[in-house]
Amino acid sequence: MSPRLTTDDVAHVARLARLNLAPDELDRATAQLTGMLEHFADIDALDLSAVEPMTQPYPLVNVMRDDVPGDVLDRDEVLAAAPDADLAGGRFRVPPIGTPQ
Amino acid sequence: MTRTVTEIAAGVRSGELKAVDVLEQHLAAIDAREGDVHAFNLVLADQAREAAAAVDAAVAAGNDPGPLAGVPVALKDNMCTRGVPTTCSSKILAGWKPPYDGTVVAKLAAAGAVTVGKTNLDEFAMGSSTENSAFGPTRNPLDTTRVPGGSSGGSAAAVAAGFAALSFGSDTGGSIRQPAALCGVVGVKPTYGRVSRFGLVAFASSLDQIGPFTHTVADAALALQVVSGVDTHDSTTIPEPVPDLSAALGRGVAGLRVGRITDLPAGADPDVQERLDAAFAALAAAGATIVDVTVPAFTYGLTAYYLIAPAEASSNLARYDGVRYGLRVAGPDADSMFAATRTAGFGDEVKRRILLGTYALSAGYYDAYYGKALKIRRLMADDFAKAYASCDVMLTPASPSVAFEVGAKAADPLAMYLCDTYTIPANLTGDPAMSVPFGTGAGGLPVGVQVLAPALGEPVMLQVAAELERSVA
Amino acid sequence: MTAAWTHDGYELVVGLEVHVELATRTKLFSASPNRFGDEPNTNIDPVTLGLPGALPVLNRHAVELAMRIGLALNCTVQRCTFARKNYFYPDMPKAYQVSQYDQPLNVDGYLDLPDGSRVGIERAHMEEDAGKSVHVGGSEGRVAGADETLIDLNRAGVPLVEIVSRPDISSPDQARAYVTELRSILLAIGASDAKMEEGSMRVDANVSVRKPGAPLGTRCEIKNVNSVRSVGRAIEYEARRQIDMIEAGEAVQQQTRHWSDADGRTHTLRTKEDADDYRYFLEPDLVPLDPAAEWVESVRAALPPLPAARRAALAAAAGLTADAEPVAVLVERGQDGYALAVAEAGGDLGRAIVHVQQAFAEAGEAPAVSPADLAKLTALETGGQLTATQAKTVVGVLLERGGGDAGAIAAELGFEAVESGELEALVDAAIAAEPDAWAKFQAGEGKAMGALVGYVMKASKGQADGKQVTAILNARRS
Repeated sequence: MSPRLTTDDVAHVARLARLNLAPDELDRATAQLTGMLEHFADIDALDLSAVEPMTQPYPLVNVMRDDVPGDVLDRDEVLAAAPDADLAGGRFRVPPIGTPQ
Repeated sequence: MTRTVTEIAAGVRSGELKAVDVLEQHLAAIDAREGDVHAFNLVLADQAREAAAAVDAAVAAGNDPGPLAGVPVALKDNMCTRGVPTTCSSKILAGWKPPYDGTVVAKLAAAGAVTVGKTNLDEFAMGSSTENSAFGPTRNPLDTTRVPGGSSGGSAAAVAAGFAALSFGSDTGGSIRQPAALCGVVGVKPTYGRVSRFGLVAFASSLDQIGPFTHTVADAALALQVVSGVDTHDSTTIPEPVPDLSAALGRGVAGLRVGRITDLPAGADPDVQERLDAAFAALAAAGATIVDVTVPAFTYGLTAYYLIAPAEASSNLARYDGVRYGLRVAGPDADSMFAATRTAGFGDEVKRRILLGTYALSAGYYDAYYGKALKIRRLMADDFAKAYASCDVMLTPASPSVAFEVGAKAADPLAMYLCDTYTIPANLTGDPAMSVPFGTGAGGLPVGVQVLAPALGEPVMLQVAAELERSVA
Repeated sequence: MTAAWTHDGYELVVGLEVHVELATRTKLFSASPNRFGDEPNTNIDPVTLGLPGALPVLNRHAVELAMRIGLALNCTVQRCTFARKNYFYPDMPKAYQVSQYDQPLNVDGYLDLPDGSRVGIERAHMEEDAGKSVHVGGSEGRVAGADETLIDLNRAGVPLVEIVSRPDISSPDQARAYVTELRSILLAIGASDAKMEEGSMRVDANVSVRKPGAPLGTRCEIKNVNSVRSVGRAIEYEARRQIDMIEAGEAVQQQTRHWSDADGRTHTLRTKEDADDYRYFLEPDLVPLDPAAEWVESVRAALPPLPAARRAALAAAAGLTADAEPVAVLVERGQDGYALAVAEAGGDLGRAIVHVQQAFAEAGEAPAVSPADLAKLTALETGGQLTATQAKTVVGVLLERGGGDAGAIAAELGFEAVESGELEALVDAAIAAEPDAWAKFQAGEGKAMGALVGYVMKASKGQADGKQVTAILNARRS
């Protein structure tokens, strides 16, 4: 654990999370995250090889519902609440997906 | 005068009390002190008056409005309320009105409760002081230079200040129990899956639970009874029927075994430790057996939590992208718009946790961080199960200290995280836990004792809490 | 087997990922309707929209249909879990897709194709569909130079099964056969309407090339393949593109490419350096799915006979091989049951298969001509009362009229069988009338038969059975 966390690592993670960090913010975040990961290194001392991960607090299985339609939302209300929408065509509007290479 | 939930509901149902009168008393308290306390993001005075009038009309017509008839209730502003802004104290959801009610919200309305407002929280429930709110901090009503705790600081303060007889918060790492302790009220985190999360804005899906703040243990039992139960909208709710949670409240603790965790992490202030010792003594005097137990994994809880919770949060908060609802900041293309929106819309703590969580899940690091944390979780659950083989409940501090000053920990995120040292494990295991006020510590500020019980052990947990409450009354 | 594909000494390695929309009434995790073609954003609820506080609840019927697919593909159905696949895209309401990762529902199956080859199925797992983005502005409606993107979330949350084959496919023809056979199965079991043109079945191809015996080459994923024909064309193009690159000394880059039917080429899609870090983790809002053995067995028992089994049955009954063309055609059309019913009604299966294959393309699975009616027609053929040509005409009339008495129709048309004795006499006359043709035919010129057969047909006003005449001539020659 705790390989040295670099600003490149944090910049990469910020990009994955769609967060813009200014250079000073990037430095600060790197320092803070590094500190946290160092603190969390206490678990490196444990031998976890024989331990199964715990993925749910309460052992439930097979929770399902019948294939029966339920209430839908009113499109006009939903689009009115949207930041930008083509109300006539009934669709959400966003800037284009991006320029291909 | 502060009436209990039990008293109000009984009085309104019988016609002895009018819901509108009860409400006005609470609205008056809000008028008097909300300016100093800032418990609310939104006070719903008119809506509440309508609801209270409807309750009174129902009673007059010979109908029963329900077990929470006329009870003024405050809801943490991460609980979806149809047509009423639900902001999570974040700029990214400022003004957003859900088109639906969460299950708990619907149940409370069906039980006759009267919603007085949406309470302030640390943004997206991430914090232990309510200083991370985008709309300004909440102050501790007992000392407004101090924090009420967090993340459900507004809900805790609302009950402590008499703005509501009952409030609800959410608890992911201690966000009900810690503010309850700091504000001198009762706060309960139920067994994971006991209360529906449908309509609770998710922070960490495998840890979040909704729970009540009240003045008394009996009130908490009543409130829990109303909101508990399986929900077809939430796949993680427990199908087991909900027992009568109030049945054991008066039974006392004779014959019960109360666990003292001897390898509990250090860090509790001496005044808090003194109150915990007194709590053990009180229970022993009342006929309980104090049993020493160990929970070796306890000390790793913080690490596991601060890997699991941010990881889940990084995924749960990805939906805030400016496309369908909430804030949008323009950009030339979709990705730029996502980034501009999220950068402007999220506060520093939220961003910090998203970065940490994204890193913990990222390619090459999953096993070292998130994967390991899930194993710690297993160890924690196993250790707790072993401990409960020899005791019925356990006691720990709820918070390492009494309420600290506004700004005292804000500069050091790690210092703030340590506030959750004692509360986190119950979120990891999914077991129920609660904080019950047990006297005062430094500066006359309230101290809370945490009672922990095994899964679905709410009855015995409340039973012990009731005894503690009696012993300190 | 379909012909092996090689080009410049390279062989082709293809794996197909097929996404299938399930025929449920509601979505995978929400009770919004699952319908194609509705007005945009009319089939949405808090779960579909990814609203704060919304939670998924699994659709039992979707699980049943997913199990049908797995069992029809000879998979093992197992305890499984759901995972989040995290990425940002405007038509992804939660910015993650709930899918299956470590533990999918169906694993380790196979699909046998009509040509007798077998393609391994690695897994067939459940996942939710994304919404639809429409790019407005720019050229071709594609991403390049678009002014804006409009989002419809009707499709978001629709149940999908992703069927991942092993890279066992080695030719474009085999790929097309795989897709065609898979589609037949999906229709037969009622899991999906599998319409590529509507997007309820989508095919992505992973294509690489190598010299025989060499390690696997770098593969490219080809998307936007919207018809069975395009499957073949896209794979063929991509394989040659890669071979050309390798021959020119360039390395094939691992990338996702977009097939364009219009210009018949694959093109690079925008590659983002972070595109592939999906940060999979177990979906905490769902619990594991562990279908009870009784449920799995009941689904298996309720599966209808699948195309491979039906081909085998028809072939066995007709004395043909399972990969014979008429067998494949009839089963694909769903008319094998009909042909067998004709035999059941006393008809000749071989003749029935010929007629159905030739004339019943539009007749559907339950043709209006009753099996008994067609049976009678084939009996007249095999009994020698009608020639093959005459029978074909009668069949046409039967189809027009939706049935009828074959004998009566034959009489109506003036068809009379030419008795074999009469045939011998007609052949005698032909030989006498065409001595040159007869001499040439005897000398080995097969073509000379034409004149002799022609004479007999003319003399009999077309009612002689050409085949029988040929047989008589051949017998006499030797």
